[in-house]
Amino acid sequence: MDKKKRPFSEKTSRAPVSQRPQSFEKTAKGALGATVKVIIDDIELHVPMGTTILEAAKSINVNIPTLCQHDDLCLAGVCRVCIVEVEDQKTLQASCAYPITVPIKVKTYSPKVRRGRRNIIQLLLRNHYGECYSCSKNNNCELQSLAKEYGVKSYTFGHIEEPRYEQDNSSYSVERDMNKCVLCRRCVRTCIDLQEVGVLEAVEKGAETRIATYLDKPLNDVICINCGQCINRCPTGALKAKDPAEEVWAAIDDPAKHVIIQTAPSPRAAIGEEFGLAPGTSVTKQLNTALRRMGFDKVFDTNFTADLTIMEEGTELLLKLRDVLVNKKKIALPQFTSCSPGWVKYIEHFYPDKLGHVSTAKSPQQMFGAIVKTWYAEREGIDPADIVSVSLMPCSAKKFECERPEMDDSGFKDVDFALTTRELAGMIKECGMDLPNLPKSEFDNPLGTGTGAALIFGTTGGVMEAAIRTVYEIVTGEEVPFNKLRVTPVRGTEGIREAALPVKKAKKEWKFLEGVTLKVMVGHGTANAKKIMDMLCRGELSGYHFIEIMACPGGCLGGGGQPIPTSPEIREARAKAIYKEEEGLPYRKSHENPFIKLIYKEFLKEGPCGDLSHKLLHTKYTPRGKWIGKKKVAKRLIAV
Amino acid sequence: MAKYCAVGKRADKDSKEYNICDESRSELLPILEKIQDKRGYISDKDMQQIADRLGIHPVEVYSVVTFYSFLNSEKAGKHTIRVSNCISSVMKGSKRIVREFEKELGINIGETTRDKKITLKEISCIGMCDLAPAVMVDSQLVGRVTTQKVKDIVKELKR
Repeated sequence: MDKKKRPFSEKTSRAPVSQRPQSFEKTAKGALGATVKVIIDDIELHVPMGTTILEAAKSINVNIPTLCQHDDLCLAGVCRVCIVEVEDQKTLQASCAYPITVPIKVKTYSPKVRRGRRNIIQLLLRNHYGECYSCSKNNNCELQSLAKEYGVKSYTFGHIEEPRYEQDNSSYSVERDMNKCVLCRRCVRTCIDLQEVGVLEAVEKGAETRIATYLDKPLNDVICINCGQCINRCPTGALKAKDPAEEVWAAIDDPAKHVIIQTAPSPRAAIGEEFGLAPGTSVTKQLNTALRRMGFDKVFDTNFTADLTIMEEGTELLLKLRDVLVNKKKIALPQFTSCSPGWVKYIEHFYPDKLGHVSTAKSPQQMFGAIVKTWYAEREGIDPADIVSVSLMPCSAKKFECERPEMDDSGFKDVDFALTTRELAGMIKECGMDLPNLPKSEFDNPLGTGTGAALIFGTTGGVMEAAIRTVYEIVTGEEVPFNKLRVTPVRGTEGIREAALPVKKAKKEWKFLEGVTLKVMVGHGTANAKKIMDMLCRGELSGYHFIEIMACPGGCLGGGGQPIPTSPEIREARAKAIYKEEEGLPYRKSHENPFIKLIYKEFLKEGPCGDLSHKLLHTKYTPRGKWIGKKKVAKRLIAV
Repeated sequence: MAKYCAVGKRADKDSKEYNICDESRSELLPILEKIQDKRGYISDKDMQQIADRLGIHPVEVYSVVTFYSFLNSEKAGKHTIRVSNCISSVMKGSKRIVREFEKELGINIGETTRDKKITLKEISCIGMCDLAPAVMVDSQLVGRVTTQKVKDIVKELKR
């Protein structure tokens, strides 16, 4: 059995020892080493020492139900749904937390187990305020499916009829409803261990235990970065993203409004999952048809502004390098990417003094909003006040980003609504459309052409790869020295990846870069971002030039707005789909995009990082700090 | 940064148990206990300072403070009455004792009297099941509490 691919390192994890997986040295399957005999439901098998009963059972396709266990997270053993009977053990054992070290005999569905499991699920339901019909997780709820699969026919231990807690709707991105929480602590482990943001934790004890923020403050008042990873891992509907679908429908139904939508690359590779397709099936062109039929006036591609981002961010980097190497100015290097709004809020909170390192370029979503309400409106002769700009994003933090007060450089709110993949899938379903079987259609122009370089923004390392392709070619006049433009060193799923690219000869204007080795780094998940920031604080990153950070594990395709469930395998499948689609595109380098050339000729006449670019496409950051101020406390409705 | 270390060192220079400077999360409880002893409660500011010093999140400190009955996250009265609510005390009538205290003090369980003198709390088992119902007044244990004893305790504390 392979070692589990977790997006964070267990050795350096700050999680308390009790929350870390038992670390037994496991030997690879088939290799010589300590194995142990285990009999599961009369099937005999040999597994490496330290394998848990759950893993062993999975390897022979014996299904043990789980709730608190999640592939991305360390083990907790709190829900007890996965109990099994181990011979000679007095009590039932949680199979997820039972490493096999001696030969044992396990029964996974004996009468005792069945009864115990049903009782546990009924106890979980006892405190779950189930309003299934109106719940965002209806039909995709792990608790609901467990209750169905394991024969819960009545509420033996009672059932709460009235909500006990006030809902927390304060955040622009994430809504919390503690009434539906079953205390599995997946969100806690996600927030503390996977993302190292530390917003949620279990407080009080015994029957009064609840998941709370610091001092029970509303989510908007604490240091939440809105990444939404907790939403992706919540087994019930206790956490969900703020849904602007009704407002979007209202805009579509208003004939006076010109409603446009931009679609990001990651949702297109994942939305099929909501319609029963296997992970990693791209439905870009079918989605275009669906959006047109829904009533969007124009369907555009965020990839266009992703290319624009590369032009702006790449130029910014080159100008910084010139300032440092030629003009000997003191400028904060390495430069960090600024595409991920979760990451931007993370650094604003935790490393506000390092904000100078972050590229001032806006994220593709915001650039798009600014371009639509200026260039596009002017070209088409539409009053920007009548344009409603909607975005389809894989991300819950984008909802916060478009609400930022500084994002109104076009004179209007740049992006009006940010929809997540799940919400748009719901809207398509509402229209009765069968997405996978719709006819294919193309994007509208001028904002509908993106290159392959922009498409791979969706995966971790993608922004870096796109930037390398463009920057290297601008500097040397040659293509990057990789087979089929695949910049393989920055691809992959490891938490932190590095690459070095020597510039052997440079064009005349970039002569100062000759002989310089461009050193870059890629990190995904804010736990890895924290490691990189700590390295920066210790001064270990002095030789580096450009660092890409995405707040979510796997990059945007593992974002907080993507279809649920998520796992390392699902994210890998989505990444494969994106890389595959990318190689079939006519343009694969941002600077080759004909419409990018057009916009710099027609509109942003001063070129990348010119005055107009600075006004529309660049932004400022707010040093927020991590100290949580005194603000009102969310109150509990009724005491437990 | 080293503020809380200094508090400990000043309190007792010779004692080894105060030399807790490795800044790991295992230091958390000793520090909390010390601040609780010193101030009677652990304030918002304390929790964030401690979290910063130990490199953990404020919410984790809050979680620990709310978990332990003897740590307060809010200002408590000068004296604290803790009524055991473990099963043997409940069977011996601790609920009645709670009601009696509430009546005598004019407050509900979990509250503090208006003059900030007495806080009334419930607590899980304090190891006095043989002398149930049991009450803990500050750090003193009182067993086999009766209505009369409740009146005496309140009278004593109010003095």
